[in-house]
Amino acid sequence: MLPLIASQHWQVNLLVFTVMYAGLAAAWNLLGGYAGYPALGHTAFFGVGAYAMAIGTIHLGVGAGYRPFLLIAPIAVGTAVVVLPIARLLLRTRAAAFAVLTITLLFMVQTLAYNIRSLTGGSSGLIVPIAPFPVATFERPFYYAMAALLALTLAVCWVVRTSKLGLALNAVRDDEDRARGLGVQTELVKLVAFAVSAGLFAAFGAVWAYYVGFLYPGFAIDPLLALGAVLMAFLGGRRALWGPVVGAALIGPAQQYFAYRFGASQLYLLAYAALFLLVIYLLPEGIVPTLARRLGRLRPGSGPGKAVRDQVATGSIFSAGDLG
Amino acid sequence: MHLFVQAVIVGILFGGVYALIASGQAMIFGVTRTINFAQAILAILCSFLSFTLFTDFGIDPFLSILILIPAMFALGYAIYVLLLRQLSRWSAELGLLVLYGLGIGIQGVLDFVYGTSTRLITPSYANNSWTVAGFQIPEVRFFAFVLAVAVLAALQVIRQRTRLGRALRATTQNPVAARLLGVDVEQVSAIGMGLGVAAAGAAGPLFGMILSFNGNTQYDLLSKLLSIAVLGGMLSMPGTIVAAVILGVVESVVAAMISPDWSSFSFLVVLFAVLIVRPQGLFGRQLRGAL
Repeated sequence: MLPLIASQHWQVNLLVFTVMYAGLAAAWNLLGGYAGYPALGHTAFFGVGAYAMAIGTIHLGVGAGYRPFLLIAPIAVGTAVVVLPIARLLLRTRAAAFAVLTITLLFMVQTLAYNIRSLTGGSSGLIVPIAPFPVATFERPFYYAMAALLALTLAVCWVVRTSKLGLALNAVRDDEDRARGLGVQTELVKLVAFAVSAGLFAAFGAVWAYYVGFLYPGFAIDPLLALGAVLMAFLGGRRALWGPVVGAALIGPAQQYFAYRFGASQLYLLAYAALFLLVIYLLPEGIVPTLARRLGRLRPGSGPGKAVRDQVATGSIFSAGDLG
Repeated sequence: MHLFVQAVIVGILFGGVYALIASGQAMIFGVTRTINFAQAILAILCSFLSFTLFTDFGIDPFLSILILIPAMFALGYAIYVLLLRQLSRWSAELGLLVLYGLGIGIQGVLDFVYGTSTRLITPSYANNSWTVAGFQIPEVRFFAFVLAVAVLAALQVIRQRTRLGRALRATTQNPVAARLLGVDVEQVSAIGMGLGVAAAGAAGPLFGMILSFNGNTQYDLLSKLLSIAVLGGMLSMPGTIVAAVILGVVESVVAAMISPDWSSFSFLVVLFAVLIVRPQGLFGRQLRGAL
């Protein structure tokens, strides 16, 4: 929370992106981790938020300064609401088909961005008016905006985890049909998870658009964005609250490094993929749950009771040898 | 009207190529229960390889298929053995992400080696076409269709008439029962994957002669393959082929009669429309379980 430790432009810039990714990873985790529905196309909503912000500042004359930040809330809520009927359709499918359809949706949105030129500028893109913040601390307001959104996202995650909604989502992940048979409102909770995560993605997209200042369809709706968020959630641990954040803290800088070092030669994709595969093979559970388990065993006074309580807290109790 | 029929003809011809790649993907799904997100880039890899074989060695793209099929079979087999076999211990969804990651890695290598400008394989007969009953039939597309059908037929023969094919079908239906009946499920799955990737390999040169491509084309192709898989029902071969041809036709007709910009989009709309009525696709059965 401290651009006090990072004073140089590139450092704050890195923080802005890392915090953004942490938030995206955590938001994705609501649907992908807790509910087990792998939504690989959520970038579509990020792009929608980004374009909405751009259109808001350009066409609707919201202007520059701090006012565009006010657009974030309506954009997020608007996206979440608009998403509901689409989500209703998509959530009828499971597993691989679902993943496929989310990617399909991503490409549909991207096509729309390319084709509706009057609104989105097509492939030449849109330029968002540059914020009139002082050059020396230009990144700061964006950093705070991202950090605020991250805090909001984590708060949402925490509320979900400690509520019946969280238990319901975990039940969906473990055995949806059985959960439904037991009376869990599977349709409703999936819808909520989807809409909330989509709205959050849109919020981050909106801030990002204002920060970056320039959008075009391939850039704002980049399949790699969702993949990065997924990777971070996986690395950090999908069962843990701080998992996605830890994942982002590790991979965010790595990603920027790859882009810097290899970006020009296209090997950046290869490095990224290699990292991705490494994470999946070495740490299928993620860092935080693995650590939590190790620590739980080492600390004094950690008996079986503590282990069970930890499992309930992280939700992993539903997967460790379940009710048969 | 004439334009419409012309577009339909061209669409069916290209649909054959889609059908070939998509069938490979369906076969892989059958034995691994994972959608091969790398199927598109593997096909494009072969487009590039065929391009190199043609421009540097003068090997006709159709002939290059003879080289590429065994090579891609080996690659598919290796992918299964090296990457996918251990994942079943953890969870099926990881296979999806692993293949996606692999696909991105391959794209990185292709972008590095070939750069990002688009290529097109243009043999001497590239622009020839016949005129039949007033309609144009481009030679390249026609032969690509014929070849795709031939390879698909060969795959069908393997599946229906050989012991291996029976083992493949058994593994697809019920791996546990197959194992109990003496099928070496691991081996058969690896072979199944090899065949699926070989199908993509055979289609690569065909694709590369018709559409200009670069590393990034894989996203477009992948979304089409995925749409075909979902529309056709992921375990059904006939479903996949029908869906692929439908895609080819819809795409071609929309491109010719409305605008090329909207052709991919229109197919996605068709997909969504079908899914409202039948979430399992045209021929599929309901899948169970989240990932």
